Amino acid sequence: MTGTAETGSAPGLLPIDRPNSYIGRSVPRPNLKRLVQGRGEYVSDIVLPRMAHVVFVRSPFAHARIVSIDAAEARRMPGVIAVVTGAELAKVITPWVGVLTHLKGLKSAPQHAIAIDRACWQGEAVAAVVARSRAEAEDAAECVQVDYEPLPVVADMETALDPDTPVIHPELGDNLAFERAHVAGDPQAGFDSADHVVETVFGFGRHTGVTLEPRAVVADYNPGEDRLTVYQGTQAPHMVQNLLAKHLDLPERQVRVVCKDVGGSFGIKVHIYADEMATAALSKLLRRPIKFVADRLESFLTDIHARDHRIKARIGVRNDGTITAIEIDDLTGIGPYSMYPRTSAIEANQVVNLVGGAYTCPNYKARARVVFQNKNVMCQYRAVGHPIATAVTEGLVDLAARTVGIDPVEIRRRNLIPDDAHPCASPAGLKFEALSHHASLEKLIAMMDYEGLRREQAALRARGIHRGIGIASFIEITNPGAAFYGVGGARISSQDGASVRLDATGAVIVHTSVTEQGQGTEAVIAQVVATAFGVPLERVRVILGDTDVTPYGGGTWASRGAGIGGEAAWQAGKALRANVLAAAGAMLQADPATLDIRAGVVVDADTGRERVDLAELARVVYFRPDTLPPGFQAEFMAVRHYVPRGYPFAFTNGVQASYLEVDVDTGFVKLLKHWVVEDCGTILNPQLVDEQIRGGVVQGIGAALFEHCLYDGDGQLRNGSMADYLVPMAGEIPDIAVGHCVSRTGDSELGAKGAGEAGTAGAPAAVMNAINDALAPFGARVTAMPFTPETILRAMGKL
Amino acid sequence: MNQTSTRITLTVNGGRVDETVECRKTLVDFLREDLGLTGSHVGCEHGVCGACTVRVDGSIVRGCLILAVQCDGAEVETIEGLSDSAEIADLQENFIARNALQCGYCTPGMLMAAAELLAEGGVPSREAIREYISGNYCRCTGYQAIVDAVEATARQRAGRTS
Amino acid sequence: MKPSSFAYAKTRSLDETIGLLEQHRDEARIIAGGQSLMALLNLRLSAPKLLVDINGIAGLDGIALDGGDLKIGALVRHSAAQKSPLVARHAPLLALALPHVAHPAIRNRGTVGGSIALADPAAELPACLLALGGAVEIAGPGGMRTVAADDFFQGLYQTALGPDEVLTAIRLPAAGETTRVAFAELARRHGDFALVGLAASARAEGDRLEDLRLAFLSVALTPVRARRAETVLNGQRLGSLPVDEAVAALADDLDPDGDIHASREMKMHLAGVLLRRVAAQLERPVP
Repeated sequence: MTGTAETGSAPGLLPIDRPNSYIGRSVPRPNLKRLVQGRGEYVSDIVLPRMAHVVFVRSPFAHARIVSIDAAEARRMPGVIAVVTGAELAKVITPWVGVLTHLKGLKSAPQHAIAIDRACWQGEAVAAVVARSRAEAEDAAECVQVDYEPLPVVADMETALDPDTPVIHPELGDNLAFERAHVAGDPQAGFDSADHVVETVFGFGRHTGVTLEPRAVVADYNPGEDRLTVYQGTQAPHMVQNLLAKHLDLPERQVRVVCKDVGGSFGIKVHIYADEMATAALSKLLRRPIKFVADRLESFLTDIHARDHRIKARIGVRNDGTITAIEIDDLTGIGPYSMYPRTSAIEANQVVNLVGGAYTCPNYKARARVVFQNKNVMCQYRAVGHPIATAVTEGLVDLAARTVGIDPVEIRRRNLIPDDAHPCASPAGLKFEALSHHASLEKLIAMMDYEGLRREQAALRARGIHRGIGIASFIEITNPGAAFYGVGGARISSQDGASVRLDATGAVIVHTSVTEQGQGTEAVIAQVVATAFGVPLERVRVILGDTDVTPYGGGTWASRGAGIGGEAAWQAGKALRANVLAAAGAMLQADPATLDIRAGVVVDADTGRERVDLAELARVVYFRPDTLPPGFQAEFMAVRHYVPRGYPFAFTNGVQASYLEVDVDTGFVKLLKHWVVEDCGTILNPQLVDEQIRGGVVQGIGAALFEHCLYDGDGQLRNGSMADYLVPMAGEIPDIAVGHCVSRTGDSELGAKGAGEAGTAGAPAAVMNAINDALAPFGARVTAMPFTPETILRAMGKL
Repeated sequence: MNQTSTRITLTVNGGRVDETVECRKTLVDFLREDLGLTGSHVGCEHGVCGACTVRVDGSIVRGCLILAVQCDGAEVETIEGLSDSAEIADLQENFIARNALQCGYCTPGMLMAAAELLAEGGVPSREAIREYISGNYCRCTGYQAIVDAVEATARQRAGRTS
Repeated sequence: MKPSSFAYAKTRSLDETIGLLEQHRDEARIIAGGQSLMALLNLRLSAPKLLVDINGIAGLDGIALDGGDLKIGALVRHSAAQKSPLVARHAPLLALALPHVAHPAIRNRGTVGGSIALADPAAELPACLLALGGAVEIAGPGGMRTVAADDFFQGLYQTALGPDEVLTAIRLPAAGETTRVAFAELARRHGDFALVGLAASARAEGDRLEDLRLAFLSVALTPVRARRAETVLNGQRLGSLPVDEAVAALADDLDPDGDIHASREMKMHLAGVLLRRVAAQLERPVP
């Protein structure tokens, strides 16, 4: 069941309502035909002449001094080209510090491409072995003798700030990377005016992205032109270009980053990792192409982790259900370094920003502390901070509802920001342009037949079958402008660009700076340009992922590809239409304002009468310009850029519901159904939006039920394989119904906001609330994810 | 007996292949590195993710859990072969129509698994489809679109034969 | 993640295989389906000098009634066993358990003999063999021998198989009119190794349950019988089995270690839940 309801937008014809519009249509993606035939080109597929493979020797200790490295035997092994230590590599690459100036007080220590003197987490590279093949490099890596002196390990974030806990980077003074406090309204008065103040502690298990294609990079330094070409599965090619140039001492123009097909990203591939930097440096050092493909064990040890938070939270509520105050105290451990260049403080910062953001309650107090520890680095993974903030908020709201005896839907009706109250701002200062909390909630409860499910639940409960219904409203940050990174000094473009060109046979070539990792960017850009310019979709070819040829831009992350990259493409398509109509006007002796391009033909705008085919016009422009009026120069290429300026972010909203059954004997949870209503403004391609939502929901379900990087007290990852780290598989996942409300952003003509993270943002909270709804008759409650069968049985007192 | 490489002869996508391979090389690495058949993907190399799923002698197997040398004399089929023969063209079309892939990395293995289920005939339940692809990890789609595409293909085939 | 280098021999007979094993001893490993071994090789958790591939030995892939037993050749794939009418009829416990084993692509390659020989304590087939009171046939330098399931599983990945021996078949007592079997396991995801599992076989003698054998998986270093619980239930009247008492007896039968997926307490609790569910299944004849 799907459907779309219009809210909050002006009636009448919008600029995007072009004839033959592809906007809002589920056109198929042009890149799928080759992907289903196994004709993709992923970095792991790339082979270059003289290419060698690098394998990293990684620290088995979470914290250890590197006393010595003996590579003599390894260097003699068959196929080995070089064994390189951190100190040796540091001659060609400089270290970095992952801080941003707008996160005041954020500190971190210099991080090297390969550790020098000291390893700070299990899995940090301490040497590189380069050989003809991966297998030979692994053979030799086994023979590299590293003498370690284990150092005290800071594993537990709860004690990381204790006076007797060792400081990981003594020069920083303590293990506190970042702290933020925020107060809005009058929290104390809010709690004082409540009839009840309910308090609990939420836990979020450290988990990771598990892209099916591991991180991969082929770096090809050509000393003949002092130029580095890097093939990398990345969400941000220009960011990677900038960083490689900066740390390898190359002019930025001498670094080209090419991104072809990417086997999953989800934020895992929006960063630059030490081993990727090292691979590029090795290419420069050894003057040949070097390939690094993380194997799955390396992925678990080095792909960024996320979400390791412990949050004490309380909510004040009156007997009528009015929420009077919310307070949170967040503690998160990020590993030994703040990740580069986006930093590891963003997640906690987002939690502070987002908690309570869907509600009218003005009284809010928050503190977040971000601490160092000797575990793998944490950073931004899909829906950064949102699943945490949503679970805390929605968990508190359900707790308040239960305390005062109000239905979970009803308490939300009474407290969610009214749809007609926009624009407005949240207690954390977030600006909301147009959200549809109430319309979305009403649509959701209709889709799921909420009352019917409640009746079914009651009937089954009487038979000893325990089902639960969980609701979670949420907000999501999309289309970020400079506020995310640019203002903090990170050289990550906030704006994106598109160039659109009309070729001699009427083909339209688009270059865009946003990237494709499966979201459907290619399709969306093609739809937008075909509509704006006026040609059949199949005439449009989209090229992306190459810093040499595309416009400069930020890439695809933070749910910005369609909203920002799409608008740039829209404007470029319009500009090209104007250019082409100018040529048509010159050729036809007509006022360009009276002409339009429809279905690839120049027509009279008012009657639709066909005047000249684009191919014919292009033929004349390119091959017989002598026949055009003197002095007329056709411009068959247009470039436009776009960055939202009206709002720092385009907030979206939505609401999710989970229906599930808890086996109260075993603690096993069976998911029965999941519903989502979300509002991403203009829907450019309904199918792609729905599938983004579904995929996102399932990642959120993973967080709620399965995924957890389990470390022991020595900082050792205990389940770093796909056999032991549980990702959601088909058998455990329910069907997911998706519906929409539409509140366009006025920041752009398209009015599209992002949709890539909404599913992940809300799903864990919905599942948590559903489990607790099922457990309510037992007086049991779970608040620490993932909710394993054992945690559920323990909450029920059965263990 | 002490040779760590050996010569093998096998059929890959209908064509005869003679190669010398290291005994330790897995089938999926052999297909990708020695034959350039990069449609079969490497995801975990310990038999869990299903990205390397290929057909050996008519049955799907994990390409990372079988050695190339074990396939001496065998008939191996990959996504490239199934695509060129159009054996699963309908399934592929349904994957495209339903957007049952995003990044596409799991897709060849997923198609291999789904094709084997579909070859059993009939219209499997959604639960049976989910069970059959339960060893194929997809991080992007959330699986529903894949189940839809497999189900649609089964219905179409059943409609043709009835 | 690539295996260490090794040599490879594909043998055509048991004699050839045993000869190689005798010659290379600990440096050689047999590969059959390889669905566990290959992962260990890729992870370099196992690094033999010689891999002895027995897939070319004729005659080890049959399923047949042999006397009162169903004999399943070591090279029978899980999927072949799953599709076998003989297995369905004469070894219904296996038919119940096989769908729980991993996934189709694994079942197509993994062998019955390999699963038994590896003796993973979390695997389904070893527990079934034990529950059925079956036996394994072993070929070695001295010829053939048969070892009862109760004597076969000796420790973590340790069995009665000698370093120069090959498991050639398993024998399962064929199910009869009065046979009752049950299987249940609790896995986090479909096809995962179970947190706890239980295979059971018995006979319904009149209105009494007799010859009950309960074999748990994932609660010890080997598949393990719950002999006290068996004693509690044996000879008891169907329809009023003293299940509470049997569950209580598990405290004496089982002594599991916790792991990353379930604590000791959790495993003990789930073992009790499974015993109740299996007891309920045993109340009914095999369909």
